[in-house]
Amino acid sequence: MKVVLDQLFAGLGVGAVLLLIALGLTFTFGQMGVINMAHGEFIMAGAYTAYVLQDVVASQSLLVALPVAFVIAGTAGLVLERVLIRRFYGRPLDTLLLTWGVSLILQQLARDVFGAPNVQVNAPSWLGGGLTIAGVRMAYSRLFIMVLVLVAVAGIWVYLNRLAQGRRMRAVMQNRQLAACSGIGTERVDRRTFFIGSGLAGVAGVALTLLGPIGPTLGTNYIVDAFLVVVVGGLGQLRGAVIAAIGLGVLNSFVEYGTGASLAKVAVFVAIVAFLQARPQGLFVFRTRALT
Amino acid sequence: MHDQVRRKIGIAVLTLVALIGVACGSKAGDSTAPSGGNNEAPGVSGDTIKVGILHSLSGTMAISEVSVKDAELLAIEEINAKGGVLGKKLVPVVEDGASDWPTFAEKAQKLISVDSVATVFGGWTSASRKAMLPVFEKNKALLWYPVQYEGLESSPYIFYTGATTNQQIIPGLEYLKAQGKKRIFLVGSDYVFPRTANKEIKAYAAANGLEIVGEEYTPLGNTEYQTVVNKVTGAKPDAVFNTLNGDSNVAFFKQLKSAGVTPASIPVLSVSVAEEEVRGIGAENIAGHLVAWNYYQTTPGAANDAFVKAYKAKYGQDRVTDDPIEAGYLQVYLWAEAVKKAGSTNVEAVKQAAGGITYDAPEGPVTIDGETQHLYKTARIGVIQPDGLIKQISAPSQPVKPDPYLKTYEWAKGL
Repeated sequence: MKVVLDQLFAGLGVGAVLLLIALGLTFTFGQMGVINMAHGEFIMAGAYTAYVLQDVVASQSLLVALPVAFVIAGTAGLVLERVLIRRFYGRPLDTLLLTWGVSLILQQLARDVFGAPNVQVNAPSWLGGGLTIAGVRMAYSRLFIMVLVLVAVAGIWVYLNRLAQGRRMRAVMQNRQLAACSGIGTERVDRRTFFIGSGLAGVAGVALTLLGPIGPTLGTNYIVDAFLVVVVGGLGQLRGAVIAAIGLGVLNSFVEYGTGASLAKVAVFVAIVAFLQARPQGLFVFRTRALT
Repeated sequence: MHDQVRRKIGIAVLTLVALIGVACGSKAGDSTAPSGGNNEAPGVSGDTIKVGILHSLSGTMAISEVSVKDAELLAIEEINAKGGVLGKKLVPVVEDGASDWPTFAEKAQKLISVDSVATVFGGWTSASRKAMLPVFEKNKALLWYPVQYEGLESSPYIFYTGATTNQQIIPGLEYLKAQGKKRIFLVGSDYVFPRTANKEIKAYAAANGLEIVGEEYTPLGNTEYQTVVNKVTGAKPDAVFNTLNGDSNVAFFKQLKSAGVTPASIPVLSVSVAEEEVRGIGAENIAGHLVAWNYYQTTPGAANDAFVKAYKAKYGQDRVTDDPIEAGYLQVYLWAEAVKKAGSTNVEAVKQAAGGITYDAPEGPVTIDGETQHLYKTARIGVIQPDGLIKQISAPSQPVKPDPYLKTYEWAKGL
């Protein structure tokens, strides 16, 4: 029983990380159909923001880093969208190659600025320990990430469903032509979407400093998983991403307990392939009358 | 229809690329004889000698290999400042292996046949070494490889200047055994080095009354260790023997600590975590855990003081030195000594001359074992300090004779 609870918590932890890195992608990939391979490098930008800030504001730097990283990564995304991606709309394969090149450039830039070795961000002392409930050890760092994800998901839900801007975003997501006909400035909505999506990657980067390595190749560790969550969840689907992330996390941690980490990865991929055979569009699909 | 056309074009392009690849590959394969014209004394032209440096300067392994390249360049600079080798200045040709094993083989071939270098210093992962090995053997060229590895190899055209198993892993196991740690949990990355090392560790354990209570492998670059940590704490071992490589160590130690595991409850002995990696993991996350190496930045001696000072002066006061960095540095000197003794850069002459050469390296005296082309090295068990440096805790000992095939160990017969 303890094993089941342990692994359940581990799975939720993995799911929270998956959701965090995929949240931004559900927007840029989901709404705009842009396969942004540089999304991982925006995560990296967030992590390095936390690294730089810990020297500037010593205590509580992590909390300060969250909004700062959102703005920095968001701005980087905005620049990428304005300068390059904008010119490649409707050419997904070209965009893929383009953003992959951008991601390599950003990695080398980080290597030149911060050095090739990993750097370390000191976690605030209050995230050091953990609490034990019913024999299950829950690390504060994991709980912090779960809370952060909850806040982010709630924030996005409110934005999409309660604010005019968010409604415009959904309109463009569901039917771009009709939205444009109705007088929505789709370019402006695209910019905003890219800013928010990339900014969320930055927030994920700050949170990941609690768990993993912080180096130039950080983004490559997470980018594939992020795309998996979005594809399984369904493009542009908040609900889908949440369910897919948690499902994949829990599946992964239980299979890994029974076998090993390598086999668990294989099993998850097999499950995803099988699932996509049955539901090529992912868990949830927008039903629209758009022609695309 | 449109889609079909596009698919056909795509297939045509792919075929073309594949054909070009095959053509280039066979071209490289055809040039079996070492070209470049100067077989007798490769690399020499006028008053310079060209040497190759081949490490991953990009990709996932750049984290470790860039510093080794830096150390090799430092040694070349120092040798040149003292007048060079045979009165000639060394000129480094630096190539990027890009953390990609076929690239290592390709760049090695380029260094040998296009640049016709006298020797190559390079490699880190066993996979990169195994990719380069046939290239060097075919061209009868020399490779100096600076990293501890899993043993069971002895190429006539490679000099191994890092530790082999009996100079690092076995001393580590002996230390754990002497400390009364009987139940050992093995954690490693899923590739050739950890799997081979763990095979040897299991053979040792069976012969020495240790119990292996778990064995876990994770893919390279894995960053989720909650499940592994749960398995470790569930098995209640006396110690963990860690052969994880690269970024995974950061995630493993961070998540081990947040699960409440301390060095006092379950100490982890690592063989791929040195000072450089400790900085990335964060000393606070790993202080108190154990490592096994041949060299630490704190190793006493005038040679090391001078090396650390020169390295920091050239690359920055915040840089640290560690075992592979030091091995990269010392192997340039060893090659230079061998060339001086041979009086030529000729590969066979250098190999002949190399056996028995002793050099006062930062880690202390090292001697080339002519038979295996490995080094006599001193094994040192260390404990990681809160400041990120490593303090030796094992008793001082003599350099250990390299035994890559573990011939002198009864329990290793079946490997």
